[in-house]
Amino acid sequence: MKKTYDIEVDCANCANKMEEAANNTDGVKKANVNFMTLKMKVEFEDEANVDEVMKEVLKNCKKVESDCEIFL
Amino acid sequence: MSKKQKTNLTRIIVGIILLILIHFLENDNELIMLCMYLIPYLILGYDILYKAFLSIKNRQSFDENFLMAIATIGALAMKEYHEGVEVMFFYQIGEWFQSYAIGRSRKNIANLMDIRPEYANIEKDGEIIQVDPDDVSIGDVIIVKVGEKIPIDGFVIDGQTSLNTSALTGESKPRDVGINDEVISGCINMTSPIKVKTSKAFEDSTVSKVLDLIENATNNKAKSEDFITKFAKYYTPAVVYSAIALAIIPPLYIRFIQNGPLQFTSWIYRALTFLVISCPCALVISIPLSFFAGIGGASNQGILIKGSNYLEQLAKTKYVAFDKTGTVTLGIFEVTTIHNSDFSKDELLEYAAHAEAYSNHPIGKSIIKEYGKKIDKNRIDSIKEIPGKGIEAIIDGKKVLTGNEKLIEDNNIEVVHCHETGTIVHLAIDGKYKGHIHIGDQIKQNSKQAIEQLKSDGIKKTIMLTGDEESIASNVGNTLNIDQVYANLLPQDKVSKLEELLKMKDENETLAFVGDGINDAPVLSLADVGIAMGSLGSDAAIEAADVVLMDDDPLKISKAIRIAKKCMRIVYENIYFAIGVKIIVLILSAFGITDMWLAIFADVGVMVIAVINAMRALKVKNI
Repeated sequence: MKKTYDIEVDCANCANKMEEAANNTDGVKKANVNFMTLKMKVEFEDEANVDEVMKEVLKNCKKVESDCEIFL
Repeated sequence: MSKKQKTNLTRIIVGIILLILIHFLENDNELIMLCMYLIPYLILGYDILYKAFLSIKNRQSFDENFLMAIATIGALAMKEYHEGVEVMFFYQIGEWFQSYAIGRSRKNIANLMDIRPEYANIEKDGEIIQVDPDDVSIGDVIIVKVGEKIPIDGFVIDGQTSLNTSALTGESKPRDVGINDEVISGCINMTSPIKVKTSKAFEDSTVSKVLDLIENATNNKAKSEDFITKFAKYYTPAVVYSAIALAIIPPLYIRFIQNGPLQFTSWIYRALTFLVISCPCALVISIPLSFFAGIGGASNQGILIKGSNYLEQLAKTKYVAFDKTGTVTLGIFEVTTIHNSDFSKDELLEYAAHAEAYSNHPIGKSIIKEYGKKIDKNRIDSIKEIPGKGIEAIIDGKKVLTGNEKLIEDNNIEVVHCHETGTIVHLAIDGKYKGHIHIGDQIKQNSKQAIEQLKSDGIKKTIMLTGDEESIASNVGNTLNIDQVYANLLPQDKVSKLEELLKMKDENETLAFVGDGINDAPVLSLADVGIAMGSLGSDAAIEAADVVLMDDDPLKISKAIRIAKKCMRIVYENIYFAIGVKIIVLILSAFGITDMWLAIFADVGVMVIAVINAMRALKVKNI
């Protein structure tokens, strides 16, 4: 299952950090952050609960870059 | 300007005014001076300090806010009040410019790709209302007024008009459509309103697919991008550790080995300067931005590039292989000449057309088309198809043979050979040879110029792979000056031929294959870069190819390569410029030759310049 989310982040390096943080979250198969279009594309593991996983992704992203937002 | 940018600009202006004022208020009391400087410092940097605090809490030691906070607090602690505040000021101004420049670029590129239709008109209870294109189902009738974009793919059921397809194809020539013609979303209706019966849902329509493709293109990262991501990962920690080493080792060395005085101050200052340069942002932002701009600019010219990696490959193209039919030729079969004997040309054509009356083959169809008149099926008594040879028919009670040489020879009739190359349909009636019809596929108007351009752009070799027979293939090859022609290839032969060609070339050279995308899918995906052409709206081609040329102009091939080359040049300029400046400033500050000013320039100044440079990749119209 794949979903795309709008995000907000100021710097490109921070976007890379968000991508890494999202990829390291349980339940995420692959995450891709596009700084130019300000979008995060997430592919979930089959058994994952999307809402729960995304909450966790947001929490992990906030850890690496406090000034970011994912519009769930 | 966004709200955030406005607030930050105000902070920057207030901060600098206070800083200038304080400069004139010299005071001998250190504490008073510090307190005074702290006011603009906090105005300028409170968010940085807050984020730095959060990053300590989250154990993110290489966060740029954290490093900037250390550098400026360090400067203040060393009583370099003015400098500390200044560094914060320049950092903020750089950040502001970056955010502004990126916002502008985003907008520029978005405008370029502004082909997304906002609404669709449907008729309800005699009134025309606007609805979300997503809410229109397949088979609904939509109305497209003059000046509006067609929101969804479909067929015209009422009206006649000219369409501007330039948003999709980059081609300014209008396209005329009438009832039953297929229309593609994204085109602009220019002359009169039409009614369109939709054949696809909005999300499957051409315009949505194209947009989706461009937006996701930068997700396929190029090698140079991966390099930068890796570089960024190691760069910051490396600079930070060297800063720590620089602050500790030299002063201790001077004190204990050289027996000099113990002086930390100047070394700490140099180390703090290091921290200022430690953010890899200029690189991390400008490289994807260049690719994004290049892909955006290309799409504006009707060239869809499906990923940054393909852009990189395209720039290295040294070999171009073509399919023939539909790629360098029009793919439309037409009767070009008729060689007759005792029959008139019209009679010859008349019999041939009647014999081919039920034919579905493009050759047969082209004969019927050339005949142009209505076929009187009462004249046909029987038709028998002889596979691989032709047709045996009884027309007006006469035995008519149409087909290739073999068919005629099998009936013991002598064949008159044709000196022209192309497909020849021979005709014999009641055992006597009557003549032949020559059917050719025409070479596209721009094909010759396209090959010339490729050669002048440094393509080493052009190759044609075709399933057609030798004589036709070499004729086209010679006319167009194609270096090497392989004919009589079955689809699987094309694949093995291409594998051979791929082995031949050097590692850093790439081979592009250009096909019409309909039956070339395996070859398209096998080539380093697969270019599908003339496939406006063809799902199969968009799926199989790496680069899609929205119209079928072969000149776009060299244009695509030129766009790719320009984009890659900009990418490398930015990489060398940004890394170069940073390394030079790092060396200079290690020797204490620079101050933090230059370091700030190396950080944010370079970034702004790189971003502006990246935007040049967008300008590809007259490349």
